Amino acid sequence: MIGIFQDAAWSPYIAGAGIGVLSCLSLVLADRPLGCSTAFVKARGLIGRFVDTGKTDTMEYYREIVPQVDWAFMIIPGVVIGAFLSSSLSGTFHLSWVPSLWATVFGNSAILRLLAALAGGILLGFGARWAGGCTSGHGISGSIQLSLASMITAACFFAGGIAVAMILYRVIGVIL
Amino acid sequence: MTSLAAIRGSRHAQIVLGLLVGICFGFLLQKGGATDYGVIESQLLLTDFTVLKLMLSAVIVGMVLFAVLKHFGYANLHAADGTAGSNIVGGLIFGAGFALLGYCPGTVAGAAGTGALDALFGGMIGTLIGVGLFAAVYPALKNGILARGPFPAVTMPELLRLPEWAVIVILEAGMIGFLLVLEYAGL
Repeated sequence: MIGIFQDAAWSPYIAGAGIGVLSCLSLVLADRPLGCSTAFVKARGLIGRFVDTGKTDTMEYYREIVPQVDWAFMIIPGVVIGAFLSSSLSGTFHLSWVPSLWATVFGNSAILRLLAALAGGILLGFGARWAGGCTSGHGISGSIQLSLASMITAACFFAGGIAVAMILYRVIGVIL
Repeated sequence: MTSLAAIRGSRHAQIVLGLLVGICFGFLLQKGGATDYGVIESQLLLTDFTVLKLMLSAVIVGMVLFAVLKHFGYANLHAADGTAGSNIVGGLIFGAGFALLGYCPGTVAGAAGTGALDALFGGMIGTLIGVGLFAAVYPALKNGILARGPFPAVTMPELLRLPEWAVIVILEAGMIGFLLVLEYAGL
């Protein structure tokens, strides 16, 4: 039984089915969708409060999404721990700066990769909140609730993602 | 349903359960392959369909389960109104970041847990900056572009004017059919 937890990978169908159950469990236990980008808003708001409480508390967005340690906030530390446990049990945990696919085209520079990841992260966080959710909140939790907006948003995540990935790897990557 | 209300209303229970659900989520994302940059980027390059298989499986199972739970009063609908200005524009901005970073807000945290330092110091810090920038511009966007082009319906059954069960049957058949085609094509 413990063996399956040590497997390096499960079938994506099995892992996906588990995530489907978990998304429903979130709606039952917390009465809210299983989303990840809200946690970043709460964390950013808490950092903002630490630096300048007055300014953060007057910002409209943080009055709508209150920066506090709650269900939505705890999802992200949970995901870090869960992935750490999973990769440690299977012996695949390892520290790295540059993903191998990235290195095949853009080289082994950690600085370049870090700058790209930082810029990508900024767009990701900005876009997630602009759209009101991310891959898990819209893509999975919204879709299981038959939300029209969530299904359209998820399609746009992939449309934008495919377009930019193709530019990176099939255009810029070929020129480099 | 009193016990459920008690769980939802308890601050401490919510913190503990949120952490536990997050741990299970991170565990499943990692086992499913979705915390790996190469797997996600290859999905966007349409050379590996692991991410889509994972997501569609989650939706296939979750859609039926949610309908049952909602029917018996254990879950509520949280679908919100959408607009082209918010969902389409935001979705495309997100997509650009998704491809450049190679992770999404959940999988970036999962990747950090597997030791990917680009996810921890680049992706997670970047996402924190990104949401902060959005919070700063939110008042200017709220009644402008975010409200532009409202969608005609909140849910698919409303849009298609079909009973909920019929929409679920159609979507489930479409998703399962798509996965079968992927397997058949050897992708």
